[in-house]
Amino acid sequence: MTKLIDKLDHPGAREICAAHKNKPDALLEVLHGVQAADGYLSDAALRTVADALNISRAEIHGVASFYHDYHRKAPAKHIVRLCRAEACQAVGSEELAPKVEEMFNGNDDVAVTTVYCLGNCALGPAAMVDAELHARVTPEKLKEIVARLGDA
Amino acid sequence: MADRVKIFAPCDAAALSVGADDVAAAIAAEAAKRNIEIDLVRTGTRGMLWLEPLIEVETSKGRVAYGPVEPGDVASLFNASFHKGGEHKLGHGAAKEIPYFAKQERLTFARCGVIDPLSLKDYEAHGGIAGLGKALKMDRADIVAEVTESGLRGRGGAGFPTGIKWKTAAAQTADQKYICCNADEGDSGTFADRILIEGDPFCLIEGMVIAALAVGASEGYIYLRSEYPHAAATLRKAITLWEEAGLSGRNDDGSPRFKLHLRMGAGAYICGEESSMLESLEGKRGQVKVKPPIPAISGLFGKPTIVNNVLTLAAVPEIIAKGAAHYKDFGMGRSRGTQAFQLAGDIARGGLVEKAFGVTLRELIEDFGGGTRSGKPVRTVQAGGPLGAYVPASQFDIAMDYEALAEAGAMLGHGGIVVFNDSVDMAKQARFAMEFCEIESCGKCTPCRIGAVRGKETIDKIINGENRTENLAILEDLCDLMVDGSLCAMGGLTPMPVRSAVRHFPEDFGG
Ligand SMILES: Cc1cc2nc3c(=O)[nH]c(=O)nc-3n(C[C@H](O)[C@H](O)[C@H](O)COP(=O)(O)O)c2cc1C
Ligand code: SF4
Ligand code: FES
Repeated sequence: MTKLIDKLDHPGAREICAAHKNKPDALLEVLHGVQAADGYLSDAALRTVADALNISRAEIHGVASFYHDYHRKAPAKHIVRLCRAEACQAVGSEELAPKVEEMFNGNDDVAVTTVYCLGNCALGPAAMVDAELHARVTPEKLKEIVARLGDA
Repeated sequence: MADRVKIFAPCDAAALSVGADDVAAAIAAEAAKRNIEIDLVRTGTRGMLWLEPLIEVETSKGRVAYGPVEPGDVASLFNASFHKGGEHKLGHGAAKEIPYFAKQERLTFARCGVIDPLSLKDYEAHGGIAGLGKALKMDRADIVAEVTESGLRGRGGAGFPTGIKWKTAAAQTADQKYICCNADEGDSGTFADRILIEGDPFCLIEGMVIAALAVGASEGYIYLRSEYPHAAATLRKAITLWEEAGLSGRNDDGSPRFKLHLRMGAGAYICGEESSMLESLEGKRGQVKVKPPIPAISGLFGKPTIVNNVLTLAAVPEIIAKGAAHYKDFGMGRSRGTQAFQLAGDIARGGLVEKAFGVTLRELIEDFGGGTRSGKPVRTVQAGGPLGAYVPASQFDIAMDYEALAEAGAMLGHGGIVVFNDSVDMAKQARFAMEFCEIESCGKCTPCRIGAVRGKETIDKIINGENRTENLAILEDLCDLMVDGSLCAMGGLTPMPVRSAVRHFPEDFGG
């Protein structure tokens, strides 16, 4: 008889846990690893991590929901993270954000999200498109950047 | 054949964000096309971010700078023989003589933008490892005494004397102690930790190794925010190079005697608070813990732990190498040494200014920063991050030191200075302070978790013109409650930007 846990086992997550010697204090690293591979944290992955690190699923849920970085649903192909913290507000991020959201509205490949500071506060408004940092962004500039990614 | 030409191009994330990689590639391609042999060295940034990508060329008269360079400028730069220091409209002359840079006191950031961040040879040639060399010959207590004597205070925001913290940890007997570097740098308007990590990572590592020697720690963690993937990549390589060179000592099995780990945050501002950071390092929710016990007595995994900011630790090699007196010579009052000020927001010359304490806000905004980028008048600056006060123009002559700022109802925090022009709506900024607290609160205590939500709602009412006088009084009450009843500075200091906005700009609140 197969146990439920076997059916929902996530071999990739188990491997990542093993790479961290199944140490519970590596939980954040493990979740980062799983998310880097899958794009998000699936139920199967979280069950497997709970089992491998020997911590309760409730505790894992607590951690996964505490940190803004972790997603429980598959993300869009490209993520535009717009900085909306004070230094970028001072150069118009609040006027920019609705325009950017509007621009990618209906494009399922692109998700526009908010981030508070990317460490590029002298050259704002700043944005991170996937893993790339950009400065002094405008809607037009973001459109170009995302279009370039689409080609790749 | 002529000598090879050395050309320096930045690889700092801010420089990359304005196309430094494309410029570096264009320079390499153009040089090849013209049969000019060059050595292209990638450096961090000197911190003159508005000039990035800033390209430097080694000449007999020192390094000459050009910027901001776009790929399209490269051919014309070669036409002007920039590789021999030739004149060009983008030229600034000697990099060191650019006034913004020349007027600074570079102690911690002396090598940033100058050397290849991952060359241990460069690092040593520019004064690196000297502090460690000296520390290895010193008694533990003498290292702590030297740091105490220098007057160094924590650069993460609270300004706690570093020597006292180290002394406490050093006095504990434990089978294991930890050095934890706080590289969470969550404050808007700050990027100095990032610039140091990307431009001179060995300096931070050396500071941590000296701290380990001083308190007797065998393991260290750097908690780096996940918004800094580029810094993470540099730091990861730097740790490997450092440990492989045996600079953290070696055990019999060849492993480093002081083992350093890099851990990434996961997008939670509160994890910059030290107890929350330690929880996070243990793989838990980043919930703030009640003190005491302080981390120096019982920190990571219940062991004595030093938590210091990146810039605190990075100041240490210089202090040990040149002696406490040299460092202490800079600064004023009880604020000794230099501070990394970061000019951000609507500012013409945004970037990093390392300067002795005591410089005025006006000098920073006007002389260094050149006023706003938009050309509009400056209305206010927010100093010290999202929990810091909005300072009105009437207070710009204030000297930047911990005590003078506290007296003016403001704070230095991590040294961020965010400039706003006259189109800013201060009621909106006050509302955002509450909203940010609502989003980033760890949820442990009610005045912060609920207070921030009520605060935001109350400001909304004020903005909508509902019972203004009454609601301003409610807001004031709420701020009192948050200050008095919050467990940490997240809830405790959120009232600072709110109140400063109300006090200095009543006209924006219908007053
Ligand atoms: C909400 C909050 C956020 C903080 N964020 C940071 C941070 O990002 N980096 C940092 O070094 N210190 C931060 N601190 C201060 C730390 O709690 C701690 O005082 C500091 O890391 C100690 O190091 P230092 O003495 O070298 O400054 C924060 C504090 C609070 C209350
Ligand atoms: S003040 Fe806010 S962030 Fe600090 S412990 Fe309380 S709820 Fe958490
Ligand atoms: S505030 Fe936007 S990058 Fe720092």
